[in-house]
Amino acid sequence: MKNSPSIDEQIEMYRRMIVVRRLEEGLGALHKEGKTRGPIHRCDGQEAVGVAATAMLRETDLVTSTHRGHAHYIGKGLDVYPVIAEIFGRDTGYCGGRAGHMLIADASKGMIGGNAIVGAGIPAATGMALSNQILGNDNVAMCIFGDGASQTGICHEAMNMAGLWKLPVVFVLEHNKFGLTVPTAVQSPVDDISIRAAGYGMPSVIVDGNDPVAVYRAVAGMVERARRGEGPGMVEAKTYRWEGFSTSDMGGYQTPEEIAAWKERDPIRIAFAALKGEVGEARLTRIDEEASEEVRAAFERALSDPFPAYDYHSASAAYSEVN
Amino acid sequence: MSLMRYAEALNAALREEMQRDPSVFIFGEDIGRYGGVFKVTRGLMEEFGESRVRDTPISEQALTAMAVTAAMSGTRPILEIMYADFIPLTLDALVNQASIYDYIWKGQVAMPFVLRTQGGGGAGAGAQHSKALDAMLAHIPGIKVVAPATPADAKGMLKSAIRDQQPVVFLEHKLLYNMRAEVPDDADFLVPLGKAATVREGEHVSIFATSRMVHESLKAAEALEKDGISAEVVDLRSLRPLDVGTIRASVAKTNHAVAVNEGWRFCGYASELSATIMELCFDDLDAPVARVTLPDMAIPYSEPLEMAVLPNADKIRDAVLKTVA
Ligand SMILES: Cc1ncc(C[n+]2csc(CCOP(=O)(O)OP(=O)(O)O)c2C)c(N)n1
Repeated sequence: MKNSPSIDEQIEMYRRMIVVRRLEEGLGALHKEGKTRGPIHRCDGQEAVGVAATAMLRETDLVTSTHRGHAHYIGKGLDVYPVIAEIFGRDTGYCGGRAGHMLIADASKGMIGGNAIVGAGIPAATGMALSNQILGNDNVAMCIFGDGASQTGICHEAMNMAGLWKLPVVFVLEHNKFGLTVPTAVQSPVDDISIRAAGYGMPSVIVDGNDPVAVYRAVAGMVERARRGEGPGMVEAKTYRWEGFSTSDMGGYQTPEEIAAWKERDPIRIAFAALKGEVGEARLTRIDEEASEEVRAAFERALSDPFPAYDYHSASAAYSEVN
Repeated sequence: MSLMRYAEALNAALREEMQRDPSVFIFGEDIGRYGGVFKVTRGLMEEFGESRVRDTPISEQALTAMAVTAAMSGTRPILEIMYADFIPLTLDALVNQASIYDYIWKGQVAMPFVLRTQGGGGAGAGAQHSKALDAMLAHIPGIKVVAPATPADAKGMLKSAIRDQQPVVFLEHKLLYNMRAEVPDDADFLVPLGKAATVREGEHVSIFATSRMVHESLKAAEALEKDGISAEVVDLRSLRPLDVGTIRASVAKTNHAVAVNEGWRFCGYASELSATIMELCFDDLDAPVARVTLPDMAIPYSEPLEMAVLPNADKIRDAVLKTVA
């Protein structure tokens, strides 16, 4: 089927989801030990969205992410070690410890970048798409954003222009049912936020966000359209965040039954089940072990890396020394 | 050289840079078919087409955010925000996006975009269409803010701004668009950003002014001649980064300073100038730095009321007389 991931691509998505899961688990454990700094937003249970939505992109396709971007980063091809080093503020991090976990960018891989102003990634990707259209290339921009972000005013302005100008941008709505602690039902008059796409003259599709193959297919269709110059599209991936909003979240608003039900639909298990007939359990187990070891080693290395030295940013200076 | 209006000089800068570099494009409300409400973009859509000269929906927030990322991904956008009063709508893109990326991403992406807008009073445009928000903009580390006062500077500084790798906010003034003066025709005529211009030499007092206030300051300097006072007038031109070299040299000569800006007084641009001059030139000063600004209130509509609040040559002259007394 056109736009379906190959077996190799499915294996790679499976591997990347495990990398992200182990990253999140490692951060959770280190937070309990008091070793993390600032709020960290885990995406356990949502890995299929970030990893599968970005799996068909080229390095020259540009992605904007959110405050909860770990799966988006790894999906877009960033290496886990400099991601971890950045989260721990080390000199070896992607941005030398200047960005932190919410704002990581690697322009060489087309990730520019995480964004902790809710909704700000939406016009950001739209502007990148505008640039691509003016330059006349066939790169696409992708915005991964939350159901909370979809309620912002700037979402409307940006999507209106994307639709109006048929910009090559794909909006991937990571609908995890909460904006901070408040359920979507309390924030939005509609359950399926993607029905709004019609108002911007763009197609939309709703997909099981915990099934990486389904996410890949839906997003790939929209990416192909955008690449052909047929304009933007929206994919609403329904998923769920197992852990708190951030490492500082006290919890209490998600029921244990609901969490347990979603854990039954673990995207990694779904990927495993889909692949085991094709490649055998032994190979998948080995991939899991190798990915887990890669993340463990990355934590160990990053945590012993040096901190950066402070250097003033002279391009920001208020005075020019002229004369 | 050609005799040109300020608006025509800006138009020439846009045309020349669009001809020179196909990655330059301009967008904003009413700028295409209509040619801009101040006629700065007249004729450009005909010449460069609807892709590079775009009429946009009324979406200041998203447009500014899009200018930032378009610049990050290979083009050189020029965005027109019709009135500086709408700048508050653009602030997330300036404060939280454009200004931080060069530092936090260690220079991974360039951000060559220009936000053109116009501000200032005197045209009876009322409280939501007359402000000078210079201080709000110049407060942000990581962006440049410039305000040309003459047609030649309008052209040369806009060309420099378009070629700059950093975000530049380009402040025009609604009462300057019709000002005529000689403008160099050279397609590579550039006025560097970050450099002030001493537009009148003097011995007794330095008047540091921005945008249209430069012309009011020149009028004040002429009047002060009759009072036996020789005033130097410095057109700061670049509000951020500020050319402190020229300021230091001028105060060292005159030992008196007056800061003139059309924005509000409290936490205003003239306040910043005043503090900077006191920090850098304390030993050269014979009197405290005086400020001439708008009073801290909304800008009224009715002509006598508006004229009462706007800084002008008389108010500048009064401030000078007090300072040098
Ligand atoms: C403009 C803005 N308002 C509020 C916040 C605080 N905040 C951070 S994340 C968040 C919820 C975002 O929800 P959603 O977009 O659904 O993303 P999720 O956390 O579910 O991944 C809020 C309110 C912010 N960072 N930016």
